[in-house]
Amino acid sequence: MRFVKFLAVAAVLAVSAVPVQAAEVLVPPKQKWAHDGFFGTFDRASLQRGFQVYKEVCAACHAMKQMRYRNLAGIGLSEAEIAAIAAEYETTDGPNDEGEMFQRPSRASDRFKSPFANELAARAVNNGAYPLDLSLIAKNRLGGENYVYALLTGYADPPADMKLADGMNYNKWFPGHQIAMAQPIQPDGVQYADGTPATVEQMSKDVSTFLAFAASPHLEARNSLGVKVMLFLFIFTGLLYATKRKIWKNLH
Amino acid sequence: MAKYDYVPSPFRSNPIVKWVDHRLPIFELIDEQLIKYPAPRNLNYMWNFGSLAGICLVIMIVSGIFLAMNYQASTLHAFDSVERIMRDVNYGWLIRYIHMNGASMFFIVVYIHIIRGFYYGSYKAPREILWWLGIVIFLLMMATAFMGYVLPWGQMSFWGATVITNLFSAIPIVGESIVTWLWGGFSVDNPTLNRFFALHYLMPFVIVGVVLLHLWALHVHGSNNPLGIDAKGPQDKVPFHPYYTVKDAFGLGVFLIVFAYFVFFNPYMLGHPDNWIPANPLVTPPHIVPEWYFLPFYAILRAVPDKLGGVLLMFGSIAILFLLPWLDTSRVRSAKFRPAFRAFFWLFIAVCLVLGWAGGQPAEGPALLIGRIATILYFAHFLVFLPLLGWFEKPLPLPSSIAEPVLGGGKMAAAAAMEKA
Repeated sequence: MRFVKFLAVAAVLAVSAVPVQAAEVLVPPKQKWAHDGFFGTFDRASLQRGFQVYKEVCAACHAMKQMRYRNLAGIGLSEAEIAAIAAEYETTDGPNDEGEMFQRPSRASDRFKSPFANELAARAVNNGAYPLDLSLIAKNRLGGENYVYALLTGYADPPADMKLADGMNYNKWFPGHQIAMAQPIQPDGVQYADGTPATVEQMSKDVSTFLAFAASPHLEARNSLGVKVMLFLFIFTGLLYATKRKIWKNLH
Repeated sequence: MAKYDYVPSPFRSNPIVKWVDHRLPIFELIDEQLIKYPAPRNLNYMWNFGSLAGICLVIMIVSGIFLAMNYQASTLHAFDSVERIMRDVNYGWLIRYIHMNGASMFFIVVYIHIIRGFYYGSYKAPREILWWLGIVIFLLMMATAFMGYVLPWGQMSFWGATVITNLFSAIPIVGESIVTWLWGGFSVDNPTLNRFFALHYLMPFVIVGVVLLHLWALHVHGSNNPLGIDAKGPQDKVPFHPYYTVKDAFGLGVFLIVFAYFVFFNPYMLGHPDNWIPANPLVTPPHIVPEWYFLPFYAILRAVPDKLGGVLLMFGSIAILFLLPWLDTSRVRSAKFRPAFRAFFWLFIAVCLVLGWAGGQPAEGPALLIGRIATILYFAHFLVFLPLLGWFEKPLPLPSSIAEPVLGGGKMAAAAAMEKA
């Protein structure tokens, strides 16, 4: 009967070793992030640089509808700084007393201004491709922010035997390897205020950090509460175990 | 005997308690069914999972009610309302992660609870109806979890709902009409989301009702135990409180540590990234998969090239559990005394894991073949192995009482003598 057990274990192991050729699953390499682990917190400087990259590069095409300007408090900006950034963008409000919609400077409570009125408008100027909303990109791709980083640094020349479709670009990490978006991050694409050299890797890392924050703005609260809950549970469960031992001692 | 045994509960003599009990014997019920309730003294930690499942149900209902207060069941607003819970509602992320991961925890606990029943033969006479009620709870849980997964209105919500509701179109003649009726239209859309929300809110309370029946049936003959033999007398049992209240509480602590790990430190692991993309009827995900706890059944569904056949086999894989008390022809309950059954039991567990793996792969190539072999073995376990094992297996000798292996023969006899004295 041990033999049957052995066969069962062997079957499970054999199955898990079968390579899956069907659909190519690209698992982006894991990067080191300040927000990794039980005590992880976002790197504030990187978040602010990352927001700058989003604002000056990505936001030309990509919306972030789930984000509001007030959420920028989470990357370490003050109320005045947030108000100033919001005021750079016009938000449609209304209707006013005459029944007309009107434009006004955005406030902290407004959503990030979308670059296009709707999906069709976005496709019309992007060669038919739709620049995705980036609010949750660090959650809705396998590998999360690691995927974002891999994609942004994954542009390369296509293999000799690969014929790219018109207007498409080769990317090592995009599913199918043909992506409509041309390499968005160029060396010195932005001028960092803190003097950090704006290399492709640095900018990609910063904007990936910012997008990770945008997808999980509660991450720091989650970690800090989680550590406290865990500590409590370990002590509580330890006490329960001691109680259990004491009560059951009479029986054994 | 132990010093906690059968101490009369002091609260029963309180005049208010007495006054109430005379009119509605609710305190008597608590005393009889929760405090003095005699349980086999040898239950191991596998018996913790029943009470854990009940606690999971409560956690899901409580967290779900708070989510429902902030959720909007409309295809236009569902996804954004869930994001609002995650971002703007105070501790909304915590409630959502508890509910989201709670579903997975509930299924893990219930699967262990069911597997414990398999191993120790808890479904055998006189506990067949108890077992049936358990399967009914399991089916209700599956329906509830499926509809709950649709509510965030992400890509997997929408496409999962489309795939699963379409299963009913396999029914001959009336299938298409049934699907239209389920959808409330001609595709999964706003009416579908609305009714799923209503039913998702209703079903847990139906589950509570069946759980009460499950407990009622349990308390008629009491728990089975690792030896699978009936209790012979008071020396085989201990009062539920404090022995099992404290043991269950300790188990709950361990469970909450695992639960909290997922909620606080790995909340996305058990989900699918695609469900953070808003539902889009025009874009089909390359690979539609259900939540992990449905994968074995999904593998069985896809193992058959014929749609109706696959649907029948999938429902059959659960329906067959209703017959388990008779398909298992052995009169010995516990696998402890059934060496041959034990081997086939582990084979069955391996088959279920393989099915789970196959369900997560695209239905083609070696994964499909392995899924088919595992499907055959799954049914063979119930239809071939179990009936034959009862005939051919020579079980080990059973101990004469529960207390015997615990206390040792001499001591047991002494204790029994003392009990009589």
